[in-house]
Formats: sequence, structure tokens, C-alpha cells
Amino acid sequence: MSAELETVFDLTLTVNGVAHHESVEARRHLADFLREDLGLTGTHIGCEHGVCGACTVLMDGEIVRACLTLAVQCEGRHIETIEGLSDSGRIAGLQEAFRTRNALQCGYCTPGMLIAASALMDIEPAPDRAEIREHISGNYCRCTGYHAIVDAVEAALAARTEGAR
Amino acid sequence: MKPATFAYARAQSVAEAVAALAAHGDEARLIAGGQSLVAMLNMRLSAPRLLIDINAISGLSEIAVEGDGLRIGALVRYTQALRAPLVARHAPLLTRAIPHIAHAAIRNRGTLGGSVAFADPAAEMPACILALGADIAISGPDGARVVAADDFFLGLYETALGPADMLTGLNLPLHGPDRRVGFAEFARRHGDYAMVGLAATATARGAGLGDVRLAYFSMGPCAVRARGAEQALEAGDLDAAVAALEADLDPTGDIHASRDTKMHLAGVLLRRVAGQLSEQPQ
Ligand SMILES: Cc1cc2nc3c(=O)[nH]c(=O)nc-3n(C[C@H](O)[C@H](O)[C@H](O)COP(=O)(O)OP(=O)(O)OC[C@H]3O[C@@H](n4cnc5c(N)ncnc54)[C@H](O)[C@@H]3O)c2cc1C
Ligand code: FES
Repeated sequence: MSAELETVFDLTLTVNGVAHHESVEARRHLADFLREDLGLTGTHIGCEHGVCGACTVLMDGEIVRACLTLAVQCEGRHIETIEGLSDSGRIAGLQEAFRTRNALQCGYCTPGMLIAASALMDIEPAPDRAEIREHISGNYCRCTGYHAIVDAVEAALAARTEGAR
Repeated sequence: MKPATFAYARAQSVAEAVAALAAHGDEARLIAGGQSLVAMLNMRLSAPRLLIDINAISGLSEIAVEGDGLRIGALVRYTQALRAPLVARHAPLLTRAIPHIAHAAIRNRGTLGGSVAFADPAAEMPACILALGADIAISGPDGARVVAADDFFLGLYETALGPADMLTGLNLPLHGPDRRVGFAEFARRHGDYAMVGLAATATARGAGLGDVRLAYFSMGPCAVRARGAEQALEAGDLDAAVAALEADLDPTGDIHASRDTKMHLAGVLLRRVAGQLSEQPQ
């Protein structure tokens, strides 16, 4: 650990499979880094204190709050955002279910909801409604469209099970 | 809001982290999972000049049985502990309590060491550590020491940790065949901090209970034992235990619940948890 007090750092990390080298201030959180420095504005910012879930991204495959993670702490990490997940087609089934079930109104919470829901689908083969609700309890929808969102996740799970047959 | 400017350094060892804390005093803060600290930085409730990141220190993310204890490194994350078979087997109280903490994304980053060191009055882990009678391993400028949970939580966000001390791990007694654990909390929504919570352990003695430890959270400035109620439960008198809470606990009301509501809920939780303690098959 150097004795000097440094406030700006060279950062190397992978975002959606692309390596990036950027200079960041230590105080920059990951959500601002993605939005302001990389122009990836699909990661939303609601509360900036961990409550709303709008900033949810994947870090080394696990969901985290981008507003509670400093960019400098992501040295060498793999970050995936809604842009990467959309482009890869990995969450196409979930997106389709959100569309058909009207699981979005203003759309502000949607990127975080999709990422949280896809993380649940990755770890649980057949969660019930209560488990879906519990898992997305950290994602706020100010339009209060929770019922439709749970419906959509259920529909995506059902479609996946159907497809696997 | 955005944090004020701060410097940042990665500690590679406990000694480095402690030395940096000692050198910078009050102006420095350790950062573990950041799930409390970064929120406070963003809101500028905390504005340290230096953040010392302890995440790169090796050897602090392990869960292992050592002698007659389960050793949990300070950097073990909630999710890691929740998935660990060793924790389910030797510290089932934690496996029960962790799902009540915040939400999946926060549990992926938040550390057990950070929660115990921070000692939020409404946090689950400090109460579990107190109910288990665990030991807390600390490193400071004068070397390493161990503090019992009963002597660790001192007041509102106040613990036995000195300004240049770092919590390095938790040592939990192994769950034995006669041990019982109980856990319950009331929160308005899943993942919210509890309005009232209770973590408990006991030893089955025939049809009764011995060594009862009841640790309440959100009922005072820090996790607190209800010693009168413990004695009454050991004597097999649940009604007396609930009545004893009046003298054991002294919560202040807040925007979520008045003092009376909290006291009432503490009694309701005690009945539930007492049921868990006497019903567990094994
Ligand atoms: C929306 C939301 C909901 C939450 N709900 C809950 C809840 O229901 N229950 C609950 O218990 N918690 C809850 N939390 C808080 C969460 O559990 C934190 O993760 C935890 O309190 C702190 O752990 P950390 O590793 O993130 O610590 P950090 O945020 O990194 O640090 C917290 C403090 O502890 C100090 N510290 C950290 N590690 C050490 C160490 N090893 N030695 C000495 N000092 C150290 C830091 O300097 C800092 O002052 C919630 C958080 C959010 C954002
Ligand atoms: S902006 Fe990160 S949780 Fe609200």
C-alpha cells in the first residue's frame, strides 16, 4: 500500500465482454462510471443509497448495486449491464414476457428488474410467486406494477420449462 | 448525491490496514462490502479523507472448523455464508437469519465482519453473534486479541473496536446435538430493517431448556440480551419470561413503531421463538 494518498486511479475492467482502460476518481461509483464514462445509460440511478435497485448490474456473474460499488473496486472484474444482456439475447425470453404481460409502464425500473429476475432464473429452477416477490423485493417500481412483473417472470419461467421439454 | 473526494488504498494484509488506520486516525475508514459505508458516503453522512479497501487481503474469506469452533473470516459475504454447508451444519442460526437481511444484490457484497463491526442496532448478525456467545477476533496496533460477544457491543454504533482496530474474524461455537436455535423478526416489507427482532440459542435439558440466550435487535442502541426472560425460560415459565421483558428491554419509539408497539411485538416474538426452541427435533 503506498503511503501517498491517491484520489485518481487507472482502472482496467471488462464491461459486456469488452476490455476498458479508464482513469477514474476513487469517489466515482460504478453506476456513474458506466453512465458517464462509458455512455452505458441503461443502468439507471434512483436513490444512490442501495434502496431502489434501479442500478442493478452483474459483477462476475452476481447481481450487485452499482451505486454501492466504487468503480476502483472493479479492477479486473467482469461487469455486465442491461445493454450486454440484451444484445447477447440471454434475456430475450424475459423481455418478451415483460412486453406481453405489460410488466413495464414508465420503464425506469425495468433494466434492474430484468437483471434481478434473470439472476433468480439462473439459480432457481422453479421459484413460486412468493420466491419471485422475495427476490425482487429489492427493486422498486414507482408505477407499482409488481403484479404484472411477477406474472411476467412466471411466464418466462413457464416458457423456459416448456422450451426445455 | 455524490461522495466528497477521498483517497483510496488497497491493503494487502491486516498489518497494512491496521498501520494505515493508525497513521491516519479518524480521517480513515476501512471499506469491506461497502453496503453501509458507500451509502453513507453518497449521502455525505460520512466523509473520510482515506478509504482503506480490505477486500484484497487474503485469508479473510474462509469458513472452516477449527478446534471446537466455526471460524468465519471477516470478508465472508452473506450469500457465501448462506450457501455454505459448514454454516448450515454448525451455525444453523445464521442460515435462518441471513435471508432476512436486505436483498440478494446487497447480500452478494455485504460481509459478516462489516455488519458486526458496524453494529447497526437493527442488524441481524450482531444479535446472532450475541445469541451464539461467539468470539470476535480483532487486530490492532498492539497485536491480536479476542473479545467475547457479551463484551463487544457497547452502545449505538459503539463496539470494543478501537480507532485503529480491524475485525478479522468470528469464532462460533459448533452446533451440538442438544443445541436449539430460534429466530424471528418483524419488518414492514421483506428486506427492510426489522422493527423488532430476536435471535436465540438454548440447550435441551429433558423437556426443558438450559443455557438460554435471547438477543434482541432494534430494541435499544445495540443488540441486547434479555437476561430476566432467559432465566424465566430456563425455569420453564413462558408467561413470566414475557413479563420479564418489561425490565430487560428499554426501547425508544421511532417512526416505524412506538415504544409500546415494540414492547408488545417483543413479547409476541418471544412466544414464537420459545416455540421454535422447544420444538426442534434435532
Ligand atoms: C437497502 C439496504 C438494506 C439493508 N438492510 C439490512 C438489513 O435488513 N439488515 C442488516 O443487518 N443490514 C442491512 N443493510 C446493511 C448491510 O447488511 C451492510 O452490508 C452491513 O451492515 C455492512 O457490511 P459491509 O461489509 O457492507 O461493510 P461496509 O459498508 O464496508 O462498512 C461498514 C462499516 O464497518 C466498518 N468495517 C467494515 N469491515 C470492518 C472490519 N473488518 N473491521 C473493522 N471495521 C470494519 C467500515 O469502516 C464501516 O464503518 C442494508 C443495506 C442497504 C443498502
Ligand atoms: S440507485 Fe442504486 S439502489 Fe437506487
